[in-house]
Amino acid sequence: MPTLKSLLQTQKPILLDGAMGTMLMDQGLESGDPPEEWNLIHPERIREVHQQYIQAGSQIILTNSFGGTPQRLAMHHLDDQVFEINQAAAEIARAAADDAPHPVLVAGSMGPTGQLLEPVGEMSFKEAQSAFAEQASGLAAGGVDLFWIETMSDLQEVRAAVSGIRSASNLPISATMSFDSHGHTMMGISPTAAVETLGQLDISLMGANCGTGSDELIEAIAAMKKSGPDLPLVAKANAGIPQVEGGDVVYNGTPELMADYAREACRQGASLIGGCCGSSPEHIKAMADALADLKKET
Amino acid sequence: MIEEINLKEMNDEEILELMQEDLYDGYQEEIIEEVRELLNREMTAYDILTNGLVAGMDIVGVDFRDGILFVPEVLMSAKAMKGGMKILRPLLAESDAPKQGTVVIGTVKGDIHDIGKNLVAMMLEGAGFEVINIGINNDVDSYLEAIEEHQPDILGMSALLTTTMPYMRTVINTLKDQGLRNDLNVLVGGAPLNDAFAEDIEADAYCRDAAVAVDTAKKFMKIKQGS
Repeated sequence: MPTLKSLLQTQKPILLDGAMGTMLMDQGLESGDPPEEWNLIHPERIREVHQQYIQAGSQIILTNSFGGTPQRLAMHHLDDQVFEINQAAAEIARAAADDAPHPVLVAGSMGPTGQLLEPVGEMSFKEAQSAFAEQASGLAAGGVDLFWIETMSDLQEVRAAVSGIRSASNLPISATMSFDSHGHTMMGISPTAAVETLGQLDISLMGANCGTGSDELIEAIAAMKKSGPDLPLVAKANAGIPQVEGGDVVYNGTPELMADYAREACRQGASLIGGCCGSSPEHIKAMADALADLKKET
Repeated sequence: MIEEINLKEMNDEEILELMQEDLYDGYQEEIIEEVRELLNREMTAYDILTNGLVAGMDIVGVDFRDGILFVPEVLMSAKAMKGGMKILRPLLAESDAPKQGTVVIGTVKGDIHDIGKNLVAMMLEGAGFEVINIGINNDVDSYLEAIEEHQPDILGMSALLTTTMPYMRTVINTLKDQGLRNDLNVLVGGAPLNDAFAEDIEADAYCRDAAVAVDTAKKFMKIKQGS
């Protein structure tokens, strides 16, 4: 059984997967409907996406549970099924990973609650903590290898997520933030400040995901590296920016562009590299080839 | 101890200036006190709004746009402004003070995100607009209902997910079908959006942040009012 530790020791950089939401829309998910519900009603479609990423070369796949906190599920009246939805998300990915031709880890994706913490917002630290704890216990029951906190803008929410996870499990945790506002997160956190605070938490990986374009993400990674993090860095960029083609949302980043991005992320010090919104198995395959070439060169 | 500020000893201009500083720092109690003091001096609610609150939020908006302030600071400023607005709103309603325009704003179906949308709502209010904030997870019907009830000049839609942003097109198409589209300017916003997307779904404009939203809303009102 591979673990995050063994994977990190044997090969770098590690290839992550790409987007889930945009992939599911291709399969008929209606705009506005919750992707997480498909874990219960269309598990085969989720599994298909995981398999495509594994075929493309992904070594860590993310569960379809980004919006799996009670706060987000409540909007779709699914907050009475938080545990089941997250457990199913983990089980589907687990099955795909166990069938993979190469070692694949399952990371339980956990996105922000969408609410602001006190004092700026209304949500208490305790509420946030118990929301993430509920999600994490479902993911743990479904068999994840690690937890994947992502697209965060508030360090307090990351803290709440980490402590929530810890009340349910001792598995490794990755935490990445979205630097989408003038090189900072929406809440004004710089990559340097993120490294400083994240470094004090009980986590194993830190980094940047989503945000705006891949150039900006690379800048954030470079800034994080410069701050001397003690942990391996994660880079997960969007495949360009979204455009509309005949009613569908399509990201304009080509597989070639994502291959360039993967090489550059590696040069700037990222140890785990993947794609965020708009990136498909085709993008991940191009990134896998680029990173394999890079390994040969060195 | 730092010298205590005594409003009574300050002239109107100085208090208006202090209001701008206190808004910037997000001091709600101070703002409330200053609004009361100016009202006692028989300054009109409209002048306090325009020369104190709106002028102050303008500075906040510029620094937000330039990446000097971020969401937490702007939210604190907006909260301070709301404290002042609570006192001024009933007075403004009684008076025949000019209105900037009316805006209905909401996050689309399936999307829970309301942080940026609320920021836009507060900044628009700070710029003198009447804002009806219909919250998150709005389907076509709830937009239509709000439009019928409030007859806005501007409709604002927000989405933060790639899975929810196409819903904006659904709303705009319905507005067209019902013959309502030309009565309204539609502004859209949210992290994954851009100008090309707004153009494609036939919105009137994409607004990158709350400061841009306010500028754009003002611009459309000027065109509408023919000035």
